[in-house]
Amino acid sequence: MKKGWHKVIFSFAIVSMFALAACGGNEEGSEDNSTSGENESDSSKTIEFMHLWPEGSSKQHHEIVNSIIDEFETDHPDVTVDVEILGNEQYKEKLKVLSTSNELPDVGMTWAAGFLDPYVSGNMFAPLDDILEGQLQDKFVPGTAEAYAIDDTTYGLPLELNITPLYYNSAIFEEHGVEVPSTFEELKVAIQTLADAGVTPIALGNKDRWTGSMWYMYLADRIGGPEVLNNAIDRTGSFEDPALIKAAEEVQELVDMGAFINGFNGLGNDEAKGYFINEQAAMYLMATWDLPEWTTNEDNPQEFRDSVEYTKFPTVEGGEGDINSFVGGPGVGLFVAENSDVKEEAKEFVTFFVEKWGERSVTDAGVIPATKVDTEGIDLPQMYIDILNDLNEASNLTLYADVQMSAGVADVHLDSIQALFGDAITPEDFAKQQEDALAAEE
Amino acid sequence: MNKVMSNKAVIALYVLPAFILIVALIYGPILITGYYGLMDWNGIGAMTFVGLENYTQLIKDAQFWQSAYHSFLLAFFSTLSLVPYLAISLILAGKIKGSDLLRKIYLIPMLLSSVAIAQLWVKIYDPNNGMLNSFLTMVGVENPPAWLADTNLVLYAIFVAILWQYAGFYIIIYYAALKGIPESLVEAAKIDGANPVQIAYKIKVPLISGVIKVTVVLAIVGSLKYFDLIYVMTGGGPNGASEVIASYMYKKAFDTFDFGYGSAIAFFLLLITLVVTWITRKLTASEDEIQY
Repeated sequence: MKKGWHKVIFSFAIVSMFALAACGGNEEGSEDNSTSGENESDSSKTIEFMHLWPEGSSKQHHEIVNSIIDEFETDHPDVTVDVEILGNEQYKEKLKVLSTSNELPDVGMTWAAGFLDPYVSGNMFAPLDDILEGQLQDKFVPGTAEAYAIDDTTYGLPLELNITPLYYNSAIFEEHGVEVPSTFEELKVAIQTLADAGVTPIALGNKDRWTGSMWYMYLADRIGGPEVLNNAIDRTGSFEDPALIKAAEEVQELVDMGAFINGFNGLGNDEAKGYFINEQAAMYLMATWDLPEWTTNEDNPQEFRDSVEYTKFPTVEGGEGDINSFVGGPGVGLFVAENSDVKEEAKEFVTFFVEKWGERSVTDAGVIPATKVDTEGIDLPQMYIDILNDLNEASNLTLYADVQMSAGVADVHLDSIQALFGDAITPEDFAKQQEDALAAEE
Repeated sequence: MNKVMSNKAVIALYVLPAFILIVALIYGPILITGYYGLMDWNGIGAMTFVGLENYTQLIKDAQFWQSAYHSFLLAFFSTLSLVPYLAISLILAGKIKGSDLLRKIYLIPMLLSSVAIAQLWVKIYDPNNGMLNSFLTMVGVENPPAWLADTNLVLYAIFVAILWQYAGFYIIIYYAALKGIPESLVEAAKIDGANPVQIAYKIKVPLISGVIKVTVVLAIVGSLKYFDLIYVMTGGGPNGASEVIASYMYKKAFDTFDFGYGSAIAFFLLLITLVVTWITRKLTASEDEIQY
């Protein structure tokens, strides 16, 4: 009898394990938009739409998407939108797998430049120039839709836009009598003052490498102007340009001054952010996707959020770059599949989506859209308003270097960045490594 | 029953499900990986056959050999660490107080997922707020190292975490083997006047030599293909200072979209592991099977 019990318990355990596993799979795996059930007749068309904002981890995004779809379906009674949702990493994997079997959804999300490249050369994405020249003309912030263009044809409509301000903790600045720097010299003075007082000047999680790349990109921009780095990457120039080497020298000088947090090459970005939030570091260079952390996120103490301010990256004396030039770039964008059987409807849907998203994303989800936002009369934390106004004045937007480059070269760039910050290579070798990698790909 | 079992068709039928699974999930993918290794392929577009080009590139790839060196270093230290594990098991298997509890404590790291362990050690090693450096500062060390950021230290810092992770696994294997030794042998040795150290060294260890050989192979093979903690803790950095073969393979295949090259590395890793396993078996081979 005793033995029998064991069996029962054991089999129960097994069964519940499978049941639990099944539940878990459902949660983030895939979800059907069941609102579409009723009007499925022969004449109706279905747009398959895949996105990467599950309800669990990106609730506000998820809700905006759902309501946009509802609105679109009300406007177009003969069209239904079939949604599939996956988390970020699974999404990338699945997109790749689907494309190998030529089964991409009609509409989905993509990233700019390097990510886009293999899909475009495989003829998977439909050109969207007709929309850009038509209904959505002049709606986008300059430089955003261009990031989705390959050989002057645009294959994606950006939804998000991120620029990279230098955030600082005004409480720490005040305590040590540090002025907000507007030139690089002033920044160095500020760093020296803070370092002498035993305060970590800058939080940097350079284990992730792209974080250090932002510092380098800004210095390159401020010293050599916005074109130098872009030209080096698109091969009209060279990475061994004196300005790019000078920028690398400046990075190492900052490192030698103790500007960056102890052990930055072993810290991830989240850990670095943790130091900034814990008020253990005075400055933090990061994109605007972190704005909610400093404004609305209740998990961070009010006192801290009140003391976070931002400034544009300082200019370098005698440098070419101006202060209104930003490092940044669009995040995800929408694509339409080339072999979609409902291409017209799909194009209509993405147009509709981009317009509605532009109206709602910043107020409802704190996401800065790639479309221009009129700040008059919308209710937002002041920091958002300021950033949006700065954006309208932006003279240039330089896309993140690792996004501009192909995957292989980006990896060389990122590794060189880590080595540069770690004093493992000289600025000349740093430039040469990347020049070689870029030249090898030509 | 015997008649049924001697029928070849029935045997085939019973073996078939397991056979299909193992072919579909293990041998098939190995062959496919070998095939991809001969291609130039970014994982999405068209494949081009390039023959052994990936492998010739691999032989010349300094970064690959550096990661291979790290993998072998890890294998060396894992094997070395079997000695203290064995010592601990010998003590636990003796009749000491609380050995039951201690055994469970040693086993706990086994129950945690690798990612959790990695996060735990990342927190311990944190250069400014971490437990280790706080402790070092407390006992008067000035400027303790930033463990995971220092190219000379990072590999060893991770090794410590890996060895800690697997301690329970080997200890439990040794413990079980030691418990299987008949009490009578130990008693006989005691009557002959052997002290505990002699009993451990001359009787117990030789008796479980078969198990020890298995653990040596496990430690070496496991180390050569090791991936998880390293990937989470440093991603192979800084500057490739903690890169091992498996993390390098992942980086090539998934970060730089060079699936052909990644597959070549994977296949090469398989070959290395096979050869090393064969050598280990040869070196530790012995004639006599032990029977109690």
